[in-house]
Amino acid sequence: MSALDAMYQQLILEHAKSRSGSDLTADEATSMPHQPGVGQCHQLNPVCGDEITLRLELEAAGSQPTVKGIHWHGDGCAISMASASILSELSEGASPDELKEMIGHFRELMRSRGRLEPDDEILGDAAALAGVAKYPARVKCAMLAWVAAEDALRQAVASGR
Amino acid sequence: MVMVSTSATAAAQVALSDVEVLRIRNDFPVLDQEVNGRPLVYLDSGATSQNPRSVLEAEQEFYELRNAAVHRGAHHLAVQATDAFEDARATVAGFVGVAEDELVWTANATAGLNLLAYAFSNASVGTVRGEAGRFALGPGDEVLVTEMEHHANLIPWQELCRRTGATLKFIPIDDDGALRLEEAARLITGRTRILAFTHASNVLGTINPVAELVALARAAGALVVLDACQSVPHLPLDFKALDVDFAVFSGHKMLAPTGIGGVYGRRELLNAMPPFLTGGSMITTVTMEKAEYLPAPQRFEAGTQPISQAVALAAAANYLHETGMERIAGWEASLGQRLVTGLSAIDGIRVVGPAAGVERLGLAAFDVAGVHAHDVGQYLDSMGIAVRVGHHCAQPLHRRLGLTATTRASTYLYNTTEEVDLLLEAVAQVRPYFGVAGTGASK
Repeated sequence: MSALDAMYQQLILEHAKSRSGSDLTADEATSMPHQPGVGQCHQLNPVCGDEITLRLELEAAGSQPTVKGIHWHGDGCAISMASASILSELSEGASPDELKEMIGHFRELMRSRGRLEPDDEILGDAAALAGVAKYPARVKCAMLAWVAAEDALRQAVASGR
Repeated sequence: MVMVSTSATAAAQVALSDVEVLRIRNDFPVLDQEVNGRPLVYLDSGATSQNPRSVLEAEQEFYELRNAAVHRGAHHLAVQATDAFEDARATVAGFVGVAEDELVWTANATAGLNLLAYAFSNASVGTVRGEAGRFALGPGDEVLVTEMEHHANLIPWQELCRRTGATLKFIPIDDDGALRLEEAARLITGRTRILAFTHASNVLGTINPVAELVALARAAGALVVLDACQSVPHLPLDFKALDVDFAVFSGHKMLAPTGIGGVYGRRELLNAMPPFLTGGSMITTVTMEKAEYLPAPQRFEAGTQPISQAVALAAAANYLHETGMERIAGWEASLGQRLVTGLSAIDGIRVVGPAAGVERLGLAAFDVAGVHAHDVGQYLDSMGIAVRVGHHCAQPLHRRLGLTATTRASTYLYNTTEEVDLLLEAVAQVRPYFGVAGTGASK
């Protein structure tokens, strides 16, 4: 498989089209939710214009809250859109600590220039984005939704019950 | 809409040929390499151009034989360096048709436009004395730009207006990327103090009608600032003949290194303008209270200048002059037409700017339906083809076109028709590769 094919795997291209979680409306994206357990963050990559507004909602489940859902509104390249889609699916039901671990591991992987192997246990479908790490100019595309989720999670936890 | 003029046809007859271009390529070491296992196809000269050996050697020779600070010191090397620096100015001034003392060195076109905006700004604050008052702006005054400007010819004017209370307006474009001249005629009024516009668009490839716009500005008493960043490298031109008041250009887009560019200003204007950067090398008498300034160009050249870069820029101007700007322009015009015609024929491709057959620079920016420009650029890179992707520092223009990003292929004197054809073949593969062929063509 060429480096290009490794980056644009079928799974990535499918996510780029299906865009799981991209059901936040443009109106919702421009207003902050201000509800307990909900956080929202807008991220823009000025280099290519990739843009995302991501809303993360926590729900109480037993002693620890879990992610009820990630919903986003965005536009950008296949990598940024697929990455947001995968993150949206992956995060559902995760505890804040689990999501933080996921984001931390994904960031390390993206910054590794291809030296790290992804941990499929932690990253699931996001492991398919490992090929992006060999293209430093594209790492920001892959990170866009994850950076937004990190901030939205922080807000959601801070505003939580 | 202006069809290709007879003069452009005449230029095309004397244009470079593929055989000559292959010879020219031998002068550019960087072009002789493989990228991702394929010969490099460099189609990003609109962003930055490559350097011929003569330019690289001129810079090296300066450091090996003549390096010293200029305009100070009486030793042998100082004299040699000053001569090289001022000879370079004379060469480059001659290349753009102006007098030596009307060419101010700057880092690039962006620095040049900021120099002008800040000089006008300095004329607008405090108690303006003497001639500088003619550049003062305030509430009620207007600065006019166009909808197709690079951010470098937009934001300095936004900021100038913010500081002075003047109002910024813009001339809109039509769907083919041409300025709406009837709107220009309506917008240029007695309130217009500055008309700043690009000679040629870095995205659309449109070449703007300078004479018509200058005539409107003259009638209204406005100063004309020409962003010649995309025209000086590619078209034969003469700022005096164009009759503009100021013009800026960048060396790195015309075969020279980064860090050098120029501002042309009519002598009487430059000498009446307050300086922007102040400090060493731009003064006559300094006391603890105040300073008197040298005339242009030194008035605007505070601090140690990019000397070797100026020498290299002169070598670049010589290279272009010896090759012949008419012949370069004719060649690039044909490459530009080949790009537009070829790209427009591919399913799902929308080229922005003038249609095929209409005058344009040797570049084309395009949208690929269903595939983001960043992904297009990545695919082309895998084929060894270097293009620019994104908004090309022209977000308002892209918004007007209904796009956030485009892919741009831009040619120069070293590009062959075969390279354009390689790009066309590769672009035709993009939508199939990303699995969007046959869906959602946005034409």
